Amino acid sequence: MGKKTSRLPGFHLTLGLSLTYISFLVLIPLFSLILYSARLSPTEYWSIITNDRVLAAFRVSFSSTLIAAVVDGFFGFILAWVLTRYAFFGKRVIDALIDLPFAIPTAVAGITLSYLFTANSKLGRFLMDHDINIATTNASIVIALTFIGIPFVVRTVQPVLQEFDKELEEASISLGANFYKTFLKVILPSVLPALITGFAMAFARGLGEYGSVIFIASNMPYESEIVPRLIVQKLLNFDYKGASAIGTAMLVCAFILLLIINLLQHRLQRRLN
Amino acid sequence: MIKVNSFLGKFTLFAAVWAVFSLSAVYAAEITILNVSYDPTREFYRAYNEIFAKHYKTLTGDTIIVNQSHGGSGGQARGVIEGNPADVVTLAVGYDIDEIAAKSGFIAKNWESRLPRNSAPYTSTIVFLVRSGNPKKIKDWDDLIKSDVKVITPDPKTSGGARWNYLAAWGFARIKYGDEAKAREFVKNVYKNVIVLDSGARGATNTFVQKGQGDVLLAWENEAHLSINELGKGRFEIVYPSVSILAEPSVSWVDANIAKKGTEKVAKEYLTYLYTDEAQRLAGKNYYRPSDEAILTEFSAQFPVIKLLTINSDFGGWEKAHQAHFVDGAEFDKIFAELKNR
Amino acid sequence: MSIVKINKEPVWIKPTLLALSFLFLSLFIFLPLFTIFSEALSRGASYYFNALKEREVFAAIRLTLLTAAICVPINTAFGVMLAWAITKFSFKGKNVLITLVEVPFAVSPVISGLIFVFLFGAIGWFGGILDKLNYRIVFNIPGIFLATAFVTFPFVAKELIPLMHDLGKDDEEAAITLGASGLKTFFRVTLPNIKWGLLYGIILTNARAMGEYGAVAVVSGLVRGKTTTMPLYIDILYGEYLFAAAFAVASLLTLLALVTLVIKAVLERIIAKQRKQKFEF
Repeated sequence: MGKKTSRLPGFHLTLGLSLTYISFLVLIPLFSLILYSARLSPTEYWSIITNDRVLAAFRVSFSSTLIAAVVDGFFGFILAWVLTRYAFFGKRVIDALIDLPFAIPTAVAGITLSYLFTANSKLGRFLMDHDINIATTNASIVIALTFIGIPFVVRTVQPVLQEFDKELEEASISLGANFYKTFLKVILPSVLPALITGFAMAFARGLGEYGSVIFIASNMPYESEIVPRLIVQKLLNFDYKGASAIGTAMLVCAFILLLIINLLQHRLQRRLN
Repeated sequence: MIKVNSFLGKFTLFAAVWAVFSLSAVYAAEITILNVSYDPTREFYRAYNEIFAKHYKTLTGDTIIVNQSHGGSGGQARGVIEGNPADVVTLAVGYDIDEIAAKSGFIAKNWESRLPRNSAPYTSTIVFLVRSGNPKKIKDWDDLIKSDVKVITPDPKTSGGARWNYLAAWGFARIKYGDEAKAREFVKNVYKNVIVLDSGARGATNTFVQKGQGDVLLAWENEAHLSINELGKGRFEIVYPSVSILAEPSVSWVDANIAKKGTEKVAKEYLTYLYTDEAQRLAGKNYYRPSDEAILTEFSAQFPVIKLLTINSDFGGWEKAHQAHFVDGAEFDKIFAELKNR
Repeated sequence: MSIVKINKEPVWIKPTLLALSFLFLSLFIFLPLFTIFSEALSRGASYYFNALKEREVFAAIRLTLLTAAICVPINTAFGVMLAWAITKFSFKGKNVLITLVEVPFAVSPVISGLIFVFLFGAIGWFGGILDKLNYRIVFNIPGIFLATAFVTFPFVAKELIPLMHDLGKDDEEAAITLGASGLKTFFRVTLPNIKWGLLYGIILTNARAMGEYGAVAVVSGLVRGKTTTMPLYIDILYGEYLFAAAFAVASLLTLLALVTLVIKAVLERIIAKQRKQKFEF
């Protein structure tokens, strides 16, 4: 460990204990998965993760998550805008409820959202009467992932909008630029890093999401099967090799996303300061 | 300063009381056995566990609580191999019990001969559940491949019932069209019309009944009856196809676990009692076909006689059928891969 | 030239955005919330309470509480220690450590369960030893604890690190110079400053610990009344066509989520106020 520049006590104790805890809880379990998949030969590994059904699942996962994250980006920005700039009745309640998808168990979200699109609910019946099929299309996956991801966008954009340098915008308006120009040239560029960060977080969370999606998706191989469900299916089938191979592939995706998010956040922090 | 301490103090006290309360609650003593079963047996075993507890109480004076675990049959078997401490398994297909025997050795290989009638105390078959009035006029298997029919069936990879569905379709086509290649083509066309592939029979029933998806559900006979009675009289109809398959859900005690836990006597009695008249009637009431001929005739109104194929004589036993159709890269996977490239 | 007020947006913007927000919130927040409670009570209040009184529901509630009772304090203690080490000292590899803390956030819940299967399952690295000891971790309650601890690990540390970073270490150093012990310094100097942030982290940890589904589903044997937590039990009830009962249990978890949000909103306001006071000095 490097030099400790602090006069405070407890460095070795706290760091030592935390490191031990992280090792046992996070590192060793993660390595157990990676080591297990390392038993596969490279060609075996490659043939598992490039299997058509697996690739199709990755395609479904990535495309649904991407669409959901874009929808979240759009509505998340609007919600953050509305919550920071307008006063209206019930604003505090709505502000608190934005985090509901984060606080509510995914299984509850899953059964509730899938229930909404069945013939039991008015909405579901309305959609069926008008031949709008959500329940058995990937739209259902997108809906679940949109629900899961919305707080991430709102909560990263909101503080930036709040601490937005008003003078800058005022200056721009006083210089004669109209609102649209101000928005495009001043507001959007400043908010964009936060928006992208929120988008990336929603994306990362959505990519791995399981609970809410399996209740609502139709889980058809090649069409509407997401990667986490495929892992569980392999696991249930006693196909540990397959599960570990796809699991590590997912792990790599997660790490890359985490890296991107951290870089984005780093830049965001610098900009804010 | 005092404020801080009291904040901390209160918190610690709260946490301690909470922990003690929860601990004492969870570890209260109970004599229990665990029955690891497949999806649609929930209602039957709930009722059976009650009559068995009564029977065992009068027999020995002991109070028995039977814990249940339900899920897709294949997944449940894998759980037992993984160490889920089942005393007895009551699964959808014998192959899943063979798997436990082969992969873990927790069950003796001769399990099938340890209880009467191939260790299958009740049987069932595969039927069609359609919406009331049968709007798509689905009468037999070949109606399933019509282009406007949407089919719901679970994933044979994880669901035992789904494997019976698949094989029943295959068997029908082999009789009707004469050879294996045409049977394969037929099954492929059935799966072309499948719109949702749940992981277990229950999920599939929910999709059909609750979510209102599809025109026909390939279902266990018992599951179909149950759906009508539990979820909506008059909303659904059962259609018996010309040919189906004799599904023999099998049961076994798990030798290694009962030896470890000392529950041999209870576990064996639990399964043996399934063959008594009382239990057989209960199975009939829960829409399983009792394996006892005499009691089956009591329920003849409920169980129409149709031509039933069997896994042993028509498919060469589970081991062969499973290898040919359901392992990775076998027929089912190939069929799906072809459907995708269509 | 006079300065135009920044809110001088074109007139159409505010109503449009409000309408869009309302539409989105109705579909994704209000409607699901309404559905949970209306379905839970669809068969009347007595059915609702009877559904919650079932032995197995009770067992699920107990297991859920127990899981939280174990994971929350442990993760709180280690989260605080981790935040202390990270914010009060500088050392090599700090950024790696901070990234490690976020790993459970980024990986799929399925992976969070899977890793413990590969560690402690029958095919896992310690599977053989555990079998000899006649003890099971996966498909048993400890597996649920582990998976939950993994998933909820980041919350406390993630709340505390920025907070303690902002607060600096001058106060603590002064206390130490005056002769206070390390523990005393923490409880008397640090804790009062971070207590609301800490509570916030604990609340989030607790909500997630009680609500985790994916990770727990992978490691639980799904034994009714034994290894089923509330979210798993909802799944079971749903599979038994007991929709009103499933939603009744779901409504409990939803209430918990709502309480969490209220506490969170209150705490946020307190923290913001405290910060403001600090900067005004």
